[in-house]
Amino acid sequence: MAEEKIVFQRPKSLLPVVTNYCPGCVHGIVNRLVAETIDELGIEGRTVGIAPVGCSVMAYNFFACDMAEAAHGRAPAVATGIKRVCPDNIVFSYQGDGDLASIGMAETVHAATRGEHITVIFINNAIYGMTGGQMAPTSLPNQVTQTSPYGRDVSTAGYPVRVCELLSSLDGPAYIERVTVDCPKNIRKAKKAIKKAFQYQIDGIGYSFVEVVATCPTNWGMTPQKAFEWLRENMLPYYPLGVYRDVVADGFANAAEAAAARAKDCPIASQGGKA
Amino acid sequence: MTEKVLMKGNEALAECAMRAGCRFFFGYPITPQTELAAYMSKCMPKIGGTYLQAESEIAAINMVYGAAAAGARVMTSSSSPGISLKSEGVSYMAGADLPGVIINVQRGGPGLGSIQPSQSDYWQATRALGHGDYHMIVFAPSTVQEMADCAYNAFDVADKYLTPVMILADGMLGQMMEPVVLPEPKTELPEKPWAINGTKCQRKHNIANSLYLDPELLEQKNIERFERYEIIKANEQKAEEFMVEDADIVLVAFGASARIARSAVVSARARGIKAGLIRPITLWPFPVDVVDAAANHCKQFLSVEMNMGQMVEDVRLVSAGRVPVSFYGRAGGMIPTPAEVLAKIVELNEQVGE
Repeated sequence: MAEEKIVFQRPKSLLPVVTNYCPGCVHGIVNRLVAETIDELGIEGRTVGIAPVGCSVMAYNFFACDMAEAAHGRAPAVATGIKRVCPDNIVFSYQGDGDLASIGMAETVHAATRGEHITVIFINNAIYGMTGGQMAPTSLPNQVTQTSPYGRDVSTAGYPVRVCELLSSLDGPAYIERVTVDCPKNIRKAKKAIKKAFQYQIDGIGYSFVEVVATCPTNWGMTPQKAFEWLRENMLPYYPLGVYRDVVADGFANAAEAAAARAKDCPIASQGGKA
Repeated sequence: MTEKVLMKGNEALAECAMRAGCRFFFGYPITPQTELAAYMSKCMPKIGGTYLQAESEIAAINMVYGAAAAGARVMTSSSSPGISLKSEGVSYMAGADLPGVIINVQRGGPGLGSIQPSQSDYWQATRALGHGDYHMIVFAPSTVQEMADCAYNAFDVADKYLTPVMILADGMLGQMMEPVVLPEPKTELPEKPWAINGTKCQRKHNIANSLYLDPELLEQKNIERFERYEIIKANEQKAEEFMVEDADIVLVAFGASARIARSAVVSARARGIKAGLIRPITLWPFPVDVVDAAANHCKQFLSVEMNMGQMVEDVRLVSAGRVPVSFYGRAGGMIPTPAEVLAKIVELNEQVGE
């Protein structure tokens, strides 16, 4: 009898529960990538996750690590509180575009600029999914949503926010990358980015942020495959994939060193701070 | 050895919070609680604690939520307009059964109001700090010593009942200086097996959460919480009684206005008027028992407040028509004088005598 060999299984830190995600939704893929990362890094016992308000609101039931549910947009503040109390824990938030880039923009920007040693996973599907498809801060110009029924009119509704580009101007972040999960090749890249983001936190390099350009077949009104086509056609030109900040690749040990180098001509900023 | 020092109320709150084991403070600048945050920023780093100035009161209270969920003794402070911003987070703390201490050094309102002392957040503190069915315990100190004692005890009460606790002070108490005996730092803090601080792969995961999509489950959670509130009502009511025993006119006043009411009671007694004072130290639970007992023998209640009349409704609820309840207050940051309150007592005494 041939020996059985397991070639694929549910990550241990992803619990065997039924999720609330729609068929064809990519949250399942990204939840899985986070769980695989936690397993591979062996950090389940010291990881604390924060679920947002949105489609992944119930993610606290999906991960086997300790979890908190945050008020809408406040996940980075909740993560800050947890990380300050438990600096040896690995703390991540998992947030959608409405949560992170609209109601929680202040918390997002300030946790990043403080250089909180947390990891933020950002799912950008250009729509409010949970509430039924309203215009999001990342909805594209002319995109039809429930609350932009004639298409997003930038003359009245303004322009989408490119979060990676925005955060990359700050000194706090150590690592910012935008990925997508539309095909196996890109899923592998996304996994690599998520794992790197967690590794940077483990190594004390600084704040890490991974944006996943995602689909919402249900509220986009498309089949999953058609939604991926629309993503490639419209989302990726507006939200280009790639690394937006990586202080290690830039030759620094951590975010603090990179910030100090940038401020080297500012006398007060370059004074030796008290440890 | 007990230490006696001269301190501002705001500083006493900060010092005694740290002595109670609070090592995490998240705040945002606002007058008139300024000294509290300044004191924390100076002292926390020296004892290995964290002072963090958040980007907003909203962020600050959510940092409190996170730190409380992780099992720490944690505090935030603000003043009226900032407390309104924190109300969302306090509701989530109540819904997730998380302990924490919130200081409100009140100022006049509504809106931006003034920066002068006020008690106009009584309703907000005792009824509606945030959405949903819940209460939080509210302490109302009236001296700098009591500010110290309340801050020292609030964390124990919060941990015992797993609820947010508010200390409702005001700009007068926060900024006045009085001698204070400081308590010994606490060394033994309670275990928190429910904290989200990592499973160590040794237990099922803990979750800090207030979401229950199943209405039956949410109702049950609310019922359990309100059963706990009944225990709090039975155990935690606190009030000071001053010359109430034989009083015809019983004043009810808390915090700064209680200091003024007390002076007016002393003056009234000097004129032969039988006045007394009930000073609630807990506003929720309201000290129903002592007010109820007074309603059985006094002829008149007079609620004295620095607002347009808020606690007076609780006095009326307890009196339940047995004894008439009057109100005297100043609002918008104005402070009543003992002479004004005495004049009201004299006026009521004439009616009572008729």
